[in-house]
Amino acid sequence: MPNILMPALSPTMEEGKLAKWLKNVGDNVKSGDVIAEIETDKATMEVEAVDEGPLTAILVPAGTEGVKVNTPIAVIGEADAAPAAKAAPAPEAAKVDAPATAAPAVIVAAPAAADPEVPEGTEMVSMTVREAIRSAMSEEMRRDKDVFLMGEEVGEYQGAYKISQGMLDEFGPQRVIDTPITEHGFTGIATGAAFAGLRPIVEFMTFNFAMQAIDHIINSAAKTLYMSGGQMGAPIVFRGPNGAAARVGAQHSQDYAAWYGAIPGLKVVMPYTASDAKGLMKAAIRDPNPVIFLENEILYGKSFEVPKLDDWVVPIGKARIARVGRHVTLVSFGIGMVHTLAAADKLAAEGIEAEVIDLRTIRPMDLPAIVESVKKTNRCVCVEEGFPQFSVTSEIAAQVMTHAFDYLDAPVARVAGKDVPMPYAANLEKLALVSADDVVIAAKGVLYV
Amino acid sequence: MAVKSAYIAKKGEKSQKAEKASGPPLSNSGFTKDQELAAYRDMLLIRRFEEKAGQLYGMGFIGGFCHLYIGQEAVVVGLQMAQKEGDQVITSYRDHGHMLACGMDPRGVMAELTGRRGGYSRGKGGSMHMFSREKQFFGGHGIVGAQVPLGAGLAFANKYRGNDHVSVTYFGDGAANQGQVYETFNMASIWKLPCIFVIENNRYAMGTAAPRSTALSDKLSARGEAFGIPAEQVDGMDVRAVKDAADKAVAHCRSGAGPYILEMMTYRYRGHSMSDPAKYRAKEEVQKMREEHDPIEQVKARVIRANMASEDDLKKIDADIRAIVTEAAEFAQSDPEPDAAELYTDIYVNA
Repeated sequence: MPNILMPALSPTMEEGKLAKWLKNVGDNVKSGDVIAEIETDKATMEVEAVDEGPLTAILVPAGTEGVKVNTPIAVIGEADAAPAAKAAPAPEAAKVDAPATAAPAVIVAAPAAADPEVPEGTEMVSMTVREAIRSAMSEEMRRDKDVFLMGEEVGEYQGAYKISQGMLDEFGPQRVIDTPITEHGFTGIATGAAFAGLRPIVEFMTFNFAMQAIDHIINSAAKTLYMSGGQMGAPIVFRGPNGAAARVGAQHSQDYAAWYGAIPGLKVVMPYTASDAKGLMKAAIRDPNPVIFLENEILYGKSFEVPKLDDWVVPIGKARIARVGRHVTLVSFGIGMVHTLAAADKLAAEGIEAEVIDLRTIRPMDLPAIVESVKKTNRCVCVEEGFPQFSVTSEIAAQVMTHAFDYLDAPVARVAGKDVPMPYAANLEKLALVSADDVVIAAKGVLYV
Repeated sequence: MAVKSAYIAKKGEKSQKAEKASGPPLSNSGFTKDQELAAYRDMLLIRRFEEKAGQLYGMGFIGGFCHLYIGQEAVVVGLQMAQKEGDQVITSYRDHGHMLACGMDPRGVMAELTGRRGGYSRGKGGSMHMFSREKQFFGGHGIVGAQVPLGAGLAFANKYRGNDHVSVTYFGDGAANQGQVYETFNMASIWKLPCIFVIENNRYAMGTAAPRSTALSDKLSARGEAFGIPAEQVDGMDVRAVKDAADKAVAHCRSGAGPYILEMMTYRYRGHSMSDPAKYRAKEEVQKMREEHDPIEQVKARVIRANMASEDDLKKIDADIRAIVTEAAEFAQSDPEPDAAELYTDIYVNA
């Protein structure tokens, strides 16, 4: 009695909405028939039957949200399928934005310091990182006619990762511009438009593809202000998912924070929360300099509390204390925060109070925030997903040694991705990435416990 | 920015007069007297400026790479005659001629070559990286071919803003083999960008003769065919032919019909850069171009033949130009180097 299971329709999909059934119970289904439509966080996809026979039961009604991958959704075959229906998990329970495996769905900043940028009494709303980036771009496009969005599939397709969903409808094809698959060329065109005073947002489908365009990002966008003696800058945002997604292999899984962080003339932002994603995106669009905005596919669907303010802007270059502690300073950014906060929880269970700093901006780096914390804790672990050599964490380690040497009770420890191209096999990929346990081990190492 | 020279002011007056006198568009058959003399003057300024730059390089005042434009003067001067204020220009590292044609001050250009504070980039760009927002000159780019999408981006901005300005985007026969050129042709065509792609075919990509590196190297104008971009191959040594073709291209772009390609058949007399002895070509080849096709000598001969000006009149222009170039060179040698504090300025615009 074949059960039809909720399929995974993208590398990072964990759940989806069963939008519509196209077959009714009793219909005879042939292999290849479209039986249902499923909405993922990226697109609406059709599900085709593989098995043949009468559709004997629909286990998850149309309209159900948050259906986990691999949940039985229907039965094809004889009527004794009924018990399977009972065994299936109740779909109603999944209606809430279900917690992800990697990060809690709503980040409750339990022992965290209050965000100084949020006025007291501000209403907070739950928002995904995806919605946060979209609303930031839309707000800025409403505010300034010179802002436009350009990239592959940003318009009619509604965004490869649905970041720009609905924006074509609101702003039209003059301002939400689908490009051919030609990163080098359209990055150059956008940079030229920025020289002329427009404020382009360039979406890279992933930052891996931006390597085709890196000459324009660095040689054209970042250096021209200096080379022109201050006459001609490029107010432009380069954004898109960065770092590992899930099982997409070496060419699609690289973190570029350290690459761009090395370049004078660029600002580099890598938010973790939706609140920071929104506020920093607005700051990036308004910034008169080229800003690299590094997102993460795994974080897109995560929800966070975002202040409900008309104009929520987070300043570039300011770190955030995500958790207050006194025994060890943990510094991270972007998806590294997931592992770092999880590690802080584990450490807390053992009585170790970690202070967690979310850098948010890679360049210019908020070094004083790190140094201040290290002066208090005397120990520092920095965490990133990128390659370990010549990395953001090696820079932090060097800076902390230079500026807080006398306060250190242990050498600064670094936790980074492994020094290997990203493998495909699930177990190897897991080994290549940072884990909370790695962070816990490093923290205990600097505490000599 | 540096003080305007007397030359710039005079030139402005001249070109206004020329516009009034020229009336309806002229064919390739001829220029008016004012046009001939303006072209002569503008080309001669580039020639003399470049000769002086070569000299200063030899004396150690100019460092690094220095790519001279001598021989190709008719291209930028003819194109410039077809442009109007607000049209943008962008090119590669062989850019001194383009800047002078745009009306940038020779003193500021020369002082940038010597790395002085009065240079257009305050000494921080050098020969290959110079800009003038005031004159809508967008560089000066050291990466071969990079200026092509950037130039199309300027055109994109024009279209986005709904004005009728065109972007004149120059590149060489060597750059014509860069992939980004074709990525740009494609987008310029589908988006109908008001961009004139000017291919300066001087027959050598650094030291590589075009036929050794480039398929159908004598027909680069055909490179836009696959993208539906109209194109023309032009005698780039004859400033009238250049102006004539440029008028057509400008009209096409301004009308909203999309991009246009002009392949300018031209020649550089000097090596690729100052350190290139140009051993890859015969001296006779250069000599023949100089004797039979020199863009400045052509105008001179025409002007004399048509009694538009006397030898003495032309000598007077020569003397004016020499004075301007001498003054620029003196300024460029005496102007101080940038203040050490300039090392850390202009990296970011204050947000």
